[in-house]
Amino acid sequence: MSKAETPDTEDGGRITNVSGPVVESKGLDARMNDVVRVGDEGLMGEVIEIEGDVTTIQVYEETSGISPGEPVVTTGSPLSVELGPGILDSIYDGVQRPLDILEEEMGDFLDRGVDAPGIDLEKKWDFTPTVEEGDDVSEGDIIGTVPETESIDHKVMVPPGEGGEVAEAKDGKFTVEDPVVILEDGTEITMLQEWPVRKARPVERKQTPRTPLVTGQRILDTLFPIAKGGTAAIPGPFGSGKTVTQHQLAKWSDADIVVYVGCGERGNEMTEVIDDFPELEDPKTGKPLMSRTSLIANTSNMPVAARESCIYTGITLAEYYRDMGYDVALMADSTSRWAEAMREISSRLEEMPGEEGYPAYLAAALAEFYERGGRVETLGGEDGSISVIGAVSPPGGDFSEPVTQNTLRIVKTFWALDADLAERRHFPAINWNDSYSLYKSQLDDYFADEVNDEWAETRQWAVGVLDEENELQEVVQLVGKDALPEDQQLTLEVARYIREVFLQQDAFHDIDTYCSLDKQYELLRLIRKFNDLAFDALDAGVPVDEIQNVDSAPRLFDIPTEDDWEPLAEEIDEGLEEDFSELV
Amino acid sequence: MKEYKTIQEISGPLVFVEVDEPVGYDEIVEIKLSDGSTKRGQVLESGEDIVSLQVFEGTDELDRSSSVRFLGETMKMPVTEDLLGRVLSGRGEPIDGGADIVPDERRDIIGSAINPHAREYPDEFIQTGVSAIDGMNTLVRGQKLPIFSGSGLPHNELALQIARQADVRDDIGAGEGDEDEEFAVIFGAMGITQEEANEFLEEFERTGALERSVVFQNLADDPAVERIVTPRMALTTAEYLAYEKDYHVLVILTDMTNYCEALREIGAAREEVPGRRGYPGYMYTDLANLYERAGRIEGKEGSVTQIPILTMPGDDDTHPIPDLTGYITEGQIYIDRRLESEGREPPVNVLPSLSRLMDDGIGEGYTREDHGDVANQLYAAYAEGNDLRDLVNIVGREALSERDNRFLDFADDFEEELIDQGWTTNRSLEETLDISWDLLSTLPKSELKRIDDEFVEKYYVEEEAEEAEATA
Repeated sequence: MSKAETPDTEDGGRITNVSGPVVESKGLDARMNDVVRVGDEGLMGEVIEIEGDVTTIQVYEETSGISPGEPVVTTGSPLSVELGPGILDSIYDGVQRPLDILEEEMGDFLDRGVDAPGIDLEKKWDFTPTVEEGDDVSEGDIIGTVPETESIDHKVMVPPGEGGEVAEAKDGKFTVEDPVVILEDGTEITMLQEWPVRKARPVERKQTPRTPLVTGQRILDTLFPIAKGGTAAIPGPFGSGKTVTQHQLAKWSDADIVVYVGCGERGNEMTEVIDDFPELEDPKTGKPLMSRTSLIANTSNMPVAARESCIYTGITLAEYYRDMGYDVALMADSTSRWAEAMREISSRLEEMPGEEGYPAYLAAALAEFYERGGRVETLGGEDGSISVIGAVSPPGGDFSEPVTQNTLRIVKTFWALDADLAERRHFPAINWNDSYSLYKSQLDDYFADEVNDEWAETRQWAVGVLDEENELQEVVQLVGKDALPEDQQLTLEVARYIREVFLQQDAFHDIDTYCSLDKQYELLRLIRKFNDLAFDALDAGVPVDEIQNVDSAPRLFDIPTEDDWEPLAEEIDEGLEEDFSELV
Repeated sequence: MKEYKTIQEISGPLVFVEVDEPVGYDEIVEIKLSDGSTKRGQVLESGEDIVSLQVFEGTDELDRSSSVRFLGETMKMPVTEDLLGRVLSGRGEPIDGGADIVPDERRDIIGSAINPHAREYPDEFIQTGVSAIDGMNTLVRGQKLPIFSGSGLPHNELALQIARQADVRDDIGAGEGDEDEEFAVIFGAMGITQEEANEFLEEFERTGALERSVVFQNLADDPAVERIVTPRMALTTAEYLAYEKDYHVLVILTDMTNYCEALREIGAAREEVPGRRGYPGYMYTDLANLYERAGRIEGKEGSVTQIPILTMPGDDDTHPIPDLTGYITEGQIYIDRRLESEGREPPVNVLPSLSRLMDDGIGEGYTREDHGDVANQLYAAYAEGNDLRDLVNIVGREALSERDNRFLDFADDFEEELIDQGWTTNRSLEETLDISWDLLSTLPKSELKRIDDEFVEKYYVEEEAEEAEATA
């Protein structure tokens, strides 16, 4: 965390009341949202209400044993993060304290009153300037690069609000606090910036996203794609696979940078991420996945106020890398825990509650958060994006609750997880009838150019079959499958292939966990080919039982798990032709 | 330590006291009644002049002349290895008539969060001897796996069966080097009846498990507020034994529903803004602070595994208690009323049950190569058979295809052979898998799509297949 230095002036106040994470003080001269140090141990807190002489503070650490009369001092600045090389390959808590350093300082359990800078201030980085003496630079311009990790070059930018003619550009090894570029007016630019987390970083303009965030997950890429710079929500009851889906996106999506925020979730899950990611390869570069990832872990038993702030910390880090011109994906698991943290703090403040006890500003807070995503032209003229993917954990799996509803009003992609599918171990348990993506039309050009002209049409065909199956299933529930006419039985069979071969995908299988766009298209094309041949055969009078028993069709099941899938797909293609020509 | 005789208000379990010196939040107080007896309580909110307290033993017989003493420290649990074999009250005081406890250490019961960076990911298979769990919802060391049950269902029997049989197999998988370690069992009872408590105690004594157990008892007629500290006492003891004394600790907490009721009672007494169904808005955080105290720590021998039990009001798993629990814990085991009335022992409904840590604790090197595939196939086949049951009620068996009939039979056999093993049967994982293969072999090989062909070749039982063919 930043802002740990002792204040120059004595603006100190005294605690007058302690109730869990909410502390009241008197005599404190602080501004709204300023970070303050609470009590003899100097716990970190933030001003959330000022009423007369009474300042209310939310404390980011456990307040047991804190008593009235203890001092409160302000740091004079709002909750900020430190931005500079060293963010990637790091694991932070909700207020950007590195968890590995905290472990060194206080052992296996998180104690309180310990501070650690978000970025290593000692480490020297190799800075190469991209500007020279006499160049004119303005805010957001890139002035040099630093190899931050194996796969990512960190771009050092002129901080917002600064600019001028370059007087000196240094080259060599520096710490983040050393000046690397000096302007004519004497302004020293370092590799370190600070930014208040609750304030969006400025951009030149927002742009319409036109390329998909390729995730390698068949149901997402083909049926419900998200754009780079898009927003998506994954709501689902517990056990339906929200976290696995988020992990899959963090592992396989083709973003340059991934910021993963574990907000109020399980400790063991975060450990899994911490253990797994360094060993996994980035599908784009083949380098360790961690070298493009920054993790923020604020588990459910860590202080609730830090849970409220971790989402903001995450999006600010994402914005910083976006400003360098990278495509960033931000996963927030789960936004419901964040909303609940707001509710908890709000109820301790005795604010008038809105729907289901959530504060009245819930919708505004959610909108503000998702709105910080998007594809932009940066101040420095780069093209960058943040795709925001938020998990939602609706109580009782009921999507009509306020967090889900308010999220749906903002996001353009909706991946609805379904307990029923999860129960029959259909994973990913994304319900194809309830989910939607509003990006389809703006992404179709990309798919047509990069994969196949028929992409959109084939997808539409699959959606049509699934819709029809959905209607037929109601009849089947009543009379059984065999009572249906033959063509409808055949539709059910085709739909079964779409569901079991295409939509199901095994996240834990080495090969199946990632499916390239080409492979996705080919798989669906073959199922459609089976469909066309089968209906032709049916028209020619072949009984449906025989059609269902052709040898090649079940082999479709082998494609997803086959690494060298192209020869197999070709074989099946020919096999289908042969089987059906024999039948007819 | 100053004594105050300045009680201003007594309301439900809460007492408001006027003070003239600062008092720490969460601090412990001792209240002396006019008849000389004492009660203990805890600071809920600390202001400059007024402090509100919750009184653990309830506020009966308190009056404004009672005196309040602030002890200047937060609630502590005296911990020592000698606690094993003891029975304590819900406040951590011995009630078994044994010797006084000489603590090694006094630990804060609030407990700190484990740094996620210091955690070790749980992947060591625990064999419970219960097929529904071992085969399909595998428990691993350091996991928190609750039992979702309803009133009148045999969740206690299942918990006892697990406590009795739980074993880390050192002959297979990652348990190498461990020599026949037994679990230490910490039993935290909250608001259960004397009869239920006796059932547990007798069973512990009968099997000799008591000497490696610590029992915390808050019974139905004990004050509700005390239930707030019982699980924290139990978990503090568990953490001490696990991380200081290298024990593998199994913590059974029953009944979490009573705990949450107590939480609601205090919230209401404080006139807090209630959340869903009147439960406080911070219940998620509060429950997480308990459940998250399960786990393993890098470089430490021991582990804390939790099996909390909760009864779902009206068997409704969308009720806030099971709902919030499910979002925190790593899966859940459902006890089912239909299976119970059919006499299945244990009546575990595997379909909604789940173990989130299963995938990493099974398979080659952990349990057996085919374990994951078999579990998946059992799920899929049982789900399909189960679905058909509704249809059969409408159209009758004759109207179904041969394939459908096979799946129907499979669902029946599954419940009979695999689930209904009896309360005293301790099955090894291999037995569970063998029975699974016998069941799966009644289906044609072509239906076993979720299993790698290699395993089908190796484990498919042709005789069963032929028999099924003959009867069909």
